[in-house]
Amino acid sequence: MRPKTAARVMKFFDEPVEFEKQPGIGAPVWRGRAGGGAALQAFAAAVRAAGGRLAALWGSDERPTAGCFRLHAVFGIEAGHAWLALDLPPDLFCPDLSGIFPAANRMQRAARDLVGIDFEGADRRPWLRHGGWPADWHPLRHDIGEPAGFANQVTDYDFVRVGGEGAHEVPVGPIHAGTIEPGHFRFSVVGERVLRLEQRFGYAHKGIERLFAGRAPAEGARLAGRVCGDSTCAYAWAYADAVEAACGASPPPRALGLRALMLERERVANHLGDLGARGNDASLAFGLAQFSRLREDWLRLNARLFGHRLLMDCIVPGGAALDLDASALSLIVEQCEAVGREVRALRRIYDEHAGLQDRFLTTGVLDMALARELSLSGLAARASGLILDGRAHRQGYTPPPPWATLGVRPASDERGDVAARAAVRFAEVAESLRLLRELAVGLPAGDVRAGLAPAAAGAGLGVVEGWRGEVIVGVALDAEGRLARVHPHDPSWQAWPALERAVLNDIIPDFPLINKSFNLSYSGADL
Amino acid sequence: MSASAALAQFFAIALALALAPLLTGWVNMCRAWLQNRKAPPLLQPYYLLHKLFHKDVVLARGASPLFTFAPYVVFGCMLLACAIIPTLSTDLPFAPAADTIALVGLFGLARLFIALAAMDVGTGFGMLGGRREMLIGFLAEPALLMVIFTTALISQSTSIATIVDTLARGPFAIYPSLAFAGVAFAFVSLAENARVPVDNPATHLELTMIHEAMVLEYSGRHLALIEWAASLKLFAYSCLGLALFFPWGIAGSDSLAGLLPALPALAAKLAAGGALLALVETVNAKLRIFRAPEFLGSAFLFAVLGLLVRLLLENQA
Repeated sequence: MRPKTAARVMKFFDEPVEFEKQPGIGAPVWRGRAGGGAALQAFAAAVRAAGGRLAALWGSDERPTAGCFRLHAVFGIEAGHAWLALDLPPDLFCPDLSGIFPAANRMQRAARDLVGIDFEGADRRPWLRHGGWPADWHPLRHDIGEPAGFANQVTDYDFVRVGGEGAHEVPVGPIHAGTIEPGHFRFSVVGERVLRLEQRFGYAHKGIERLFAGRAPAEGARLAGRVCGDSTCAYAWAYADAVEAACGASPPPRALGLRALMLERERVANHLGDLGARGNDASLAFGLAQFSRLREDWLRLNARLFGHRLLMDCIVPGGAALDLDASALSLIVEQCEAVGREVRALRRIYDEHAGLQDRFLTTGVLDMALARELSLSGLAARASGLILDGRAHRQGYTPPPPWATLGVRPASDERGDVAARAAVRFAEVAESLRLLRELAVGLPAGDVRAGLAPAAAGAGLGVVEGWRGEVIVGVALDAEGRLARVHPHDPSWQAWPALERAVLNDIIPDFPLINKSFNLSYSGADL
Repeated sequence: MSASAALAQFFAIALALALAPLLTGWVNMCRAWLQNRKAPPLLQPYYLLHKLFHKDVVLARGASPLFTFAPYVVFGCMLLACAIIPTLSTDLPFAPAADTIALVGLFGLARLFIALAAMDVGTGFGMLGGRREMLIGFLAEPALLMVIFTTALISQSTSIATIVDTLARGPFAIYPSLAFAGVAFAFVSLAENARVPVDNPATHLELTMIHEAMVLEYSGRHLALIEWAASLKLFAYSCLGLALFFPWGIAGSDSLAGLLPALPALAAKLAAGGALLALVETVNAKLRIFRAPEFLGSAFLFAVLGLLVRLLLENQA
């Protein structure tokens, strides 16, 4: 299945679509062009039948370069990612993929709001458009101009109603009692029991994709690193991968080691914060206090060594923005050992705390079949028994450098409940600490940044296994080498609908615990 | 009613008003220490009250007079409860006015009003909170009554002053029934005061709250009264528990000479009790809400056991 040379033409699942491997040293991506809507649908169905996933979907106005609008769909397959583009007819009609991949629903609605692609027979409710602009105005079209100070139109949103004796709705958000991101959750309940949950997002929509257009690739890195603050390394790396693939550049080995070091530090920081928050959600504030302290120490070392607590702007197209000396690396190794000790002690406390385990176990169960159907990736998928990790070897898949030589052992748990997601976090912290030590000790010598040759009309796709899941960034350059279209894709797109299903057998007071056990991003998916 | 009795009564009420937020502050402080956190100042609850009393009241659209009236009722109930529970002395002029059953009724009345007010504005959270509060309440009240009946059987009276007098100054005796009743009372107190493991006074997760969900729509002086009432309730329960199970040090007369030594005794007992509460709250996680009936069911069981022990074993004494 794996091609011998980079440029070899490939076919998957006996479908007529031809793929070519994307150049560069990022995660393996095959690019292809669907001959028509039917071919796209057939390919999607073949991916689904083979147990694959819909990884991302976006629309793009490519009239200046290709003379038409295009739909881009990225599928997760055994060998990596298959990136399929479909030229759309002038009426922008496109087949609906949500029947094959339920995860397509929200992405298609977003593509309709932003670009105006019409998916035949699909859910026609707006997703990102909350009445801030008219339905026939599509912000991502090149010729649309600046928004004309539209009056905000209050729009009704058609939530699915649940009827019957004693059933009623509890609306939650977008403004919450705590200081968190905005999102609306509409619960249909009987007593405390959740019959149905429907989410509505888009409150954090800020037009990031439009902001990318027309910028220089180097400038776009800053923006890409700010799509979702807790995953800034994953986004910056995925963006850098995409730009490097478009420009044909490859970063030096030391830069890749540094990037991996930063990504793992980001993963550990987030897992530490989440593990503490899990305790707090069950009112075990002791856990929050301990893990917050660990996370704070961790972030302070980030600030000291990298100049930024969350590591923003440290990964740039072409390499890394800074280098670490030997003393910095030894500080990292020391900290890994100290944190590892404390986390092991805290894990014992969590595991042996009867009250906490009673809250965690069998709460918010998401089984493997459902996780697969919803195209889930990352931590939530691994906690449901789907061992998907872009950093780890699996049959038919070789991870990109520097992971290939590190032998990453993906964590997994079959239970699919809150306890499983906590266990996966603990296991991943331990594994990341091991990786960090190996990376710090074995960091190759050399430059940390390669030059980025300007390229015209290139395109690239970057895929990085962030702490939450697979972060994907698609980049297209225009004829002058500026950014024509950038689409950052957060794993939360797929995981939010999974949350809707995971709460179904539970009661309303357990929702915060279940919700935060996923800890999904609003900003990253609202764009 | 003599002038000194009136003075003692006034002193008891003033003491409750002044000390209740301090007790809350002390518990919060202990909680922070036990979690290895830097603690907020001991006087933080007073700052909060001061702030809230100086803020404007924002009323939900469609709020009825019941909504604005309820905080005063709740505050009044808790104040009255503090007035009839012997804190420093058992010689309280108000005590004959209400016995222990009336005390349980006072707590019930406050609960009724706050739950009604929660439902009054018609938000989903108010409904959830009100419903859960009534679930907790109807399970906690019988257990509390059973605890009180056990003590009432010992003293052959339902008057709190008489009960405490008997326990504190009667001939020395060991009552195994009180051990059971004490455990039951501790369980009920945790549930009634919205503490971990039944509720969490520090939570911001609106979907899990009980007490906090009911008062989400309150602001300004209304919220201040509710916060103060919550402190008073904790104070009342603490003092009731101390008076029933650790009555040593409570004065039998309302003379100054009797009251003065009672004050440090009370302060020491409250400090120890507050620290113990913080410990319980630190080592426990919150129960899944449908486990709360089991928790309160055990409380009721303990209380009934206490009553049976009293009736079957101690009656000959």
